[in-house]
Amino acid sequence: MAQAGTQAQPLRVAIIGAGPTGYYAADHLLRQDRVTVEVDMFDRLPTPYGLVRLGVAPDHQKIKSVTAAFDKVAAHPRFRFFGGVEFGKDLTLADLRAHYHQILYCTGAQTDRRMGIPGEDLRGSHPATEFVAWYNGHPDYTDAEFDLSVERAVVVGVGNVAVDVARILCRTREELAATDIADYALEALSRSRIREVYLLGRRGPAQAAFTNPEIKELGELAGADIKVRPEEVELDPLSRAAVAKSQDRATTKKVEILQGYAIRRPTGKPRTLIVRFLVSPVELIGDASGRVVKMRLVRNELFATPTGALQPRPTSQSEELPVGLVFRSVGYRGVPLPGVPFNESWGVILNDKGRVLDPDTKQPVPGEYAAGWIKRGPTGVIGTNKPDAAETVQCMFEDLAQGAVLQPRHPDAASAEALVRQRRPHYVSYTDWLRLDQLEVARGRAQGRPRVKFIQVEEMLAALRR
Amino acid sequence: MNIASILAKKGDKAYTVRPDQPIREALGLLAKHNVGALIAVDEAGHPVGILSERDVVREAAKNERVFGMKVTDIMTRDVITGSPHDDLMTVAHTMTERRIRHLPVVDKGRLIGIVSIGDIVKTQRDKYQGELDTLQAQVLGE
Repeated sequence: MAQAGTQAQPLRVAIIGAGPTGYYAADHLLRQDRVTVEVDMFDRLPTPYGLVRLGVAPDHQKIKSVTAAFDKVAAHPRFRFFGGVEFGKDLTLADLRAHYHQILYCTGAQTDRRMGIPGEDLRGSHPATEFVAWYNGHPDYTDAEFDLSVERAVVVGVGNVAVDVARILCRTREELAATDIADYALEALSRSRIREVYLLGRRGPAQAAFTNPEIKELGELAGADIKVRPEEVELDPLSRAAVAKSQDRATTKKVEILQGYAIRRPTGKPRTLIVRFLVSPVELIGDASGRVVKMRLVRNELFATPTGALQPRPTSQSEELPVGLVFRSVGYRGVPLPGVPFNESWGVILNDKGRVLDPDTKQPVPGEYAAGWIKRGPTGVIGTNKPDAAETVQCMFEDLAQGAVLQPRHPDAASAEALVRQRRPHYVSYTDWLRLDQLEVARGRAQGRPRVKFIQVEEMLAALRR
Repeated sequence: MNIASILAKKGDKAYTVRPDQPIREALGLLAKHNVGALIAVDEAGHPVGILSERDVVREAAKNERVFGMKVTDIMTRDVITGSPHDDLMTVAHTMTERRIRHLPVVDKGRLIGIVSIGDIVKTQRDKYQGELDTLQAQVLGE
């Protein structure tokens, strides 16, 4: 068989998942001229961009502009996109092994970590990711239901996703109507009767994961006053020492912003956003019908671990908070893929720098790789996945140089396409996607919105006249 | 970002040695795995010390019979351990300040991995590079 990576026999790579990591990896694979590479990118959804389309909040359009860079990658002549093709269902690992030299998993962290407290599964208690997917028009979540007729909602967590959820709950109809939020979500949120939205952090303000632009934005909402308890944003001695030692300006600024909120007077806006610190939910309490009505919270104090990191531990003080809607946003986990070794401890594919490992021998599985959140867990900003993908791609090229690649029976682009066409005749190509994109933007222009998304898969196929 | 994200892509590897093993064998392990330190663990798997290249060099400089000694004779005790939820920046600070090059990571008393200063530096670099890239893309509208 010809050496893979030449013009006569390009290195054929399948990328599973069309999120930012998939594009960054494709870019690293294609943007060099030592090795001729052909990339086929698959996504179970018809549309690309992963969480940039379906995770990043609709009122943060600027962050979504990163897709222009992705489209440039996709314009490469040796790049193809197969949307609406699911790994493990439409195409199996065996199928891919028969058509590609290397397989790269970039499937992200698709599920929420659980809080691990009693009552977590009561009605009215949801993973934040489901709400995010719903308001962003993820085809799998259009039927999700959230009871917005209650008075108080609590978001557990103070990461940027928790902040997104709290902010969207506080936005006015006018604010939301200028975004690409799903139409049904816009309607439902316009009728929302929520008056108070809580954000709960288990540690103090200096340790909160949200970033300064996000927390500043919370102080500028048209329809909600922000409220913070002065005693909860006053730094404890351990935090004060840690901040002083690190001389981290961003943290100092973050604490200042929050202390500024603590002395604000309410201005009579219809909603109140309350940010709490040093509290952890320990139980959700339901009514007779199994619906959440109350949350029990314990107050925490901080202690220093041997490395100096500050962690929370519960005190004996607790309190109760009446609540009708709970979103947990306490971290994310990857979902195992059929036939791919998984590391349960961290919720990632078992890997070493991106090389998938055999769970028994701890040796690399030839031809299989991981990058992004499914490799290292859900950390960093979108761009963090670029160096992460580069590390994996470097392993892929090293292994190619050692001849450690798969030996597919059909290492050509035409056979792969024929297989996909046989399994999923209505797959969406990149040309199709660009057409859908234009249609969405045109529909939005008429309403003064960035776009109006197609939500249902059938709707997309109809627009493409299939 | 915490140090769990470093362990997540190291395949749960932590190379260990028993305190009663000869230095000769420990050196073989260091060379075989191409690492700079081994964690000494007792029968229950609890870390009791760490043996680094530097410990061996320091002993070898004054004692030519170092190869026959036992790990426990020259390993560093009073090891500072990390927990998977410790945040990267604090750990980086502590390791730099206290000149620690290898940090065993322990969860509920069990050794679950090791983080080297190299891992920390690389993760920090990737974090900054990622943030920079995101900002540049937004500013330049790329």
